[in-house]
Amino acid sequence: MLENARSGHSAGPLGMADLLAVLFGHSLRHRPEQPGWEDRDVFLLSNGHTAPVLYAAMAHTGYFPTDELMTLRRLGSRLQGHPERTALPGLENTSGPLGSGLSQGAGWAQIVRDLDGRPDRVVYVMMGDGELNEGNIWEAAMYAAKYRLGNLIGIVDRNFIQIDGDTEDVMPLGDLAGKWRTFGWHVVDIDGNDIAAIVEAVDECRRVTDQPSVILARTVPGRGVPYMEHDHTWHGRVPTSEQADIAVAALTAEGETR
Amino acid sequence: MTAQRKVWGDTLLELTREDDRVVVLDADLATSTMAVTVAEGNPEAFIQVGIAEQNLVGMAFGLSTMGYRPWLSTFGVFLTHRALDQIRMLVSQTGAPVRIAAAYAGLLNGSSGKTHQDIEDLAIMRAMPGMTVLAPADEHEARAITRWAAEHDGPVYIRYARDAVAPVFDADYVFHPGAVHRLRDGGGDVTLVSTGVQSSRVVEAAELLAARGVDARVVHVPSLKPVDGDALLAAISGVGTVVTVEDHSVINGLGGLVAELIAERGDPDAPRLHRVGLADGWSESAPNAFLLDRYGLSAERVAEQVLEALGHSPSPSATVTVTAPGGTVG
Ligand SMILES: Cc1ncc(C[n+]2csc(CCOP(=O)(O)OP(=O)(O)O)c2C)c(N)n1
Ligand SMILES: [Mg+2]
Repeated sequence: MLENARSGHSAGPLGMADLLAVLFGHSLRHRPEQPGWEDRDVFLLSNGHTAPVLYAAMAHTGYFPTDELMTLRRLGSRLQGHPERTALPGLENTSGPLGSGLSQGAGWAQIVRDLDGRPDRVVYVMMGDGELNEGNIWEAAMYAAKYRLGNLIGIVDRNFIQIDGDTEDVMPLGDLAGKWRTFGWHVVDIDGNDIAAIVEAVDECRRVTDQPSVILARTVPGRGVPYMEHDHTWHGRVPTSEQADIAVAALTAEGETR
Repeated sequence: MTAQRKVWGDTLLELTREDDRVVVLDADLATSTMAVTVAEGNPEAFIQVGIAEQNLVGMAFGLSTMGYRPWLSTFGVFLTHRALDQIRMLVSQTGAPVRIAAAYAGLLNGSSGKTHQDIEDLAIMRAMPGMTVLAPADEHEARAITRWAAEHDGPVYIRYARDAVAPVFDADYVFHPGAVHRLRDGGGDVTLVSTGVQSSRVVEAAELLAARGVDARVVHVPSLKPVDGDALLAAISGVGTVVTVEDHSVINGLGGLVAELIAERGDPDAPRLHRVGLADGWSESAPNAFLLDRYGLSAERVAEQVLEALGHSPSPSATVTVTAPGGTVG
């Protein structure tokens, strides 16, 4: 997909693939063939530059044909470089400029709980760790805690990279679990590339109904592609066709043994 | 051919070495804006604020009050939109000498799509009292403008393009705020007015028009504010049609500026104005060549629209048929 588009982001999406596989394949209550289904849970991608992994999860669960994945970033494509709500049914938000997804999620969670009387409907908001530099995230964090939005689950792709380098060099997040806790959130810290741990973390968060929850998912950026793993320079780079072949071979081999 | 962002990074490194009051503040985009050149070459002059544009502007303002000469480094779209209040209150309303380097300006930003395409910046910044608003055409003008802005004692907004274009000036180019430049003389039939790197494509369009028997003058306006209105009006006078071309909304950018000047002068012989640019709609993700074609800014498409403005029948060969999400424009 990225090789074909010749622009886009590689590291973040690969690290998040296990998270989105669990959410779209298991946790989310949704009907891909009926995107606007009124009983659905909602997934918001706040770190919009990782759109390729969202598109992949949507295509593989039946929102649209997998062939369409190859149109990423092409003129006229529904798969815009960053998610565009009005372009593709099933996309619940528009993002790209970082920091705005959690506010939308908090509003959504509050409305379905208080006005619709449906606290069982859950909103998941995916964020990058670098994205947490944005003040807007923390405005929404305070709001969600104030209204005890138990049906709001934040997920942080804790991969320790952002564009200019390591998150702890660019703008240290430090004791991230402590920060969220002080803001009034239930916090679960997991290995974000461990399928069983992800399933369990989501279940735990769903059982917490009197405060919002956040999953700090420690992921490996560039997961599964040896030459990309942990290397922040792959944040916004795309592989050449030889590199893409190596990546696909490595991921396929791992998939067969997993 | 060198990209303006590269020139900006190189020039800024020189400036920080010449004067230790010059600093650059970056919001986690140094490798894109090319502030990385300063980060690596003179780390003392580089300040990383993380992905926090409002903090970025506030910090720069604070530094300016302490005698520093700050430059901002991030995509322009995150300055003119997310950090607009800070630019308005802290920078514009106090006249602070903060240099706003708007990287990846306009439509062409590497297929990121409409969220990252700043096509309203000139309109917003032009309306901001006390703001100098500049859009260099090429690498030489980008260098001259960067050096000029470093010395200027007030807020400056500068568009820097991501990708290189064919230069229209020489290396010895000198920038004078307000001045307009004739890039191509003649113009018995039409005057084309452009700004920023679009001017380079407009010069090419004029050559295409010449091949079709249409004589076009090209006027480049690097300084949207201040602008020498008399000089601009003089440069477009004497022909019946003027076409403005900009990598920006047709509302309140260069087309708006020219319309204001013509209307205020009230000259009955003033040329008829056509504005080419983003019609009132958003764009989308695609490689540069596709976007330029789709949104009417490639040399070929500009020439075509000029011919239409002059009443020639359009050539069917170049008609593009693509259905795009997010409204149709151009
Ligand atoms: C408001 C805003 N500022 C800057 C950017 C440019 N940008 C895109 S991704 C990114 C890094 C984000 O870091 P993180 O969320 O950790 O994502 P990762 O690199 O791990 O994929 C930046 C600075 C942006 N998209 N939005
Ligand atoms: Mg990260």
